[in-house]
Amino acid sequence: MTDTTINSNRPVTSDAGPVLSIEGATFGYDERPLWSDLNLDVRHGEFIAIIGSNGSGKTSLLRAILGQEQLTSGTIKLNGKPIGAGSRSIGYIPQSRSVDANTPLRGKDLLTMGLNGHRFGLPFTSREDKARVEHILDCIDGHELARLPIGQLSGGQLQRFRVGQAVVDEPDLILADEPLSALDLAQQSILAELIDRERKDHSAAVLFVTHDVNPVLDMVDRVLYLANGQFKIGTPDEVLRSDVLSELYGAPVDVVRNQGRIAVLGAMGADHEHHSHEEWR
Amino acid sequence: MLFNFSDYAQLLPLVANSLIAAALLGLMGGLIGIFVMNRDSSFAVHGISELSFAGASIALLIGVDVVFGSILGSLAAAIIVALLGRRAKERNSIIAVLMPFGLGVGILALSLYEGRASNKFGLLTGQIIAVDQPALAWLASISIFLILVLALIWRPLQFASLDPEVARARGVATTTLGYVFMVLLGLAVAASVQVVGALLVLSLLVTPAAAALRVTSSPKLAPLLSVVFALTASVGGMLLALGGGLPVSPYITTISFLIYLVCRGVAAARKRAARASVAKASA
Repeated sequence: MTDTTINSNRPVTSDAGPVLSIEGATFGYDERPLWSDLNLDVRHGEFIAIIGSNGSGKTSLLRAILGQEQLTSGTIKLNGKPIGAGSRSIGYIPQSRSVDANTPLRGKDLLTMGLNGHRFGLPFTSREDKARVEHILDCIDGHELARLPIGQLSGGQLQRFRVGQAVVDEPDLILADEPLSALDLAQQSILAELIDRERKDHSAAVLFVTHDVNPVLDMVDRVLYLANGQFKIGTPDEVLRSDVLSELYGAPVDVVRNQGRIAVLGAMGADHEHHSHEEWR
Repeated sequence: MLFNFSDYAQLLPLVANSLIAAALLGLMGGLIGIFVMNRDSSFAVHGISELSFAGASIALLIGVDVVFGSILGSLAAAIIVALLGRRAKERNSIIAVLMPFGLGVGILALSLYEGRASNKFGLLTGQIIAVDQPALAWLASISIFLILVLALIWRPLQFASLDPEVARARGVATTTLGYVFMVLLGLAVAASVQVVGALLVLSLLVTPAAAALRVTSSPKLAPLLSVVFALTASVGGMLLALGGGLPVSPYITTISFLIYLVCRGVAAARKRAARASVAKASA
């Protein structure tokens, strides 16, 4: 079997405590929890993929971390403090979706807002902030597109700016909500590498929600697999195995590895096939 | 006669109040219009203006200050829309429910009112140039307040309007900003109703910004152009109205509309030019 966890020995800067600390977290509507008693400490520089089918509570977990959904019980701490309604220590990459062509915003403005959009006052940008935006434009290879309205960018181009926007303020935690969906494979790997480089350069932790682990498989330190009201946390080798997932789903599941890619077959009918071209919405 | 400019020089000092009022409206409308567009709230402007009309009509009927009545009406509408219409879809249906009700109440109040008929008509379609000292004082205080608050919250409001998901994640108080914006919008509508009338408020609060956003997507140039367009319409309309016996609103709406048409034309021409240059490059 090919070793897909080549990054597991990467030195992690952990002078401080965990970036994100989830303790005894339960979340659900009515009586049925989507997940319960979730404990997870996310260290600086750690890349965690959150995998699971639709309705397994992946996005709800992100929303809970952003303070947009209330946990049924348990606590979430960001840098040791209880989370509030969003944070400037967080960089957020939303799902790729189309933008109205007349939206009065250019790629460059998207980056600038990621840097100083929260600050009061008129939209004047300091020289320092401008330099920072230029630097991010270098990183995402976005100079040529910087002055185009974002409504005119392709899905992949826009997501490059989204990644830039998420990292421009050097966040401690990057939350990505299926940022690769609707992109082709080449664009997926460009974006994944951008996020990966940022977390290595600034030891930012990454929570990466995805239904396909393959584009980020080489970067993932741990996997949080949500299914069937339960979850498993561990390295990809520990979690993405036939016996582990069969137990999680309570039904026979085959995890197939081929040339460094992983496919999960037969999970609850239409559940998971990691490099299927199927699009889940 | 449409135009008669023979006594224009003598007339100007007499109507200084009206010109100042027009300039203030243009400034205010041009600035807040950008956010009306960014937040897709044109319909809210229309709905609020009908409630503002209702408030003004009731004030006229019971004999209190009309400006006060229209401010009360539009603030009530703005707050209802902000509280009940958090999502765009809900917002539109709330407005569609409020709007005819406001108009109905207003018409009822006006039909019971026994004063001068021009007062009645003016609330819907704009006054003949007559801005007295107290009305100007209202207008000036509203505009200064509005512009100061807008300057203070400009950046986070822009973030919250154009990129709400990420703004929220970054800790921007998007909900509170939404409320503040609706209150500002209510004030701007109430002020504009005094001059252009409830039915034509959109020409100052939406059209100039819509025109500006046709020709630029720069977050700095757009408000600048929008203010220039709104000032051209409001002050230009006022100057033209001075020469004729017509109310100011047709002039303002026409100038505003023409500017919009020109901007659309410019945008279309640019698009054609861009396509042509692409075609040439690929040929």
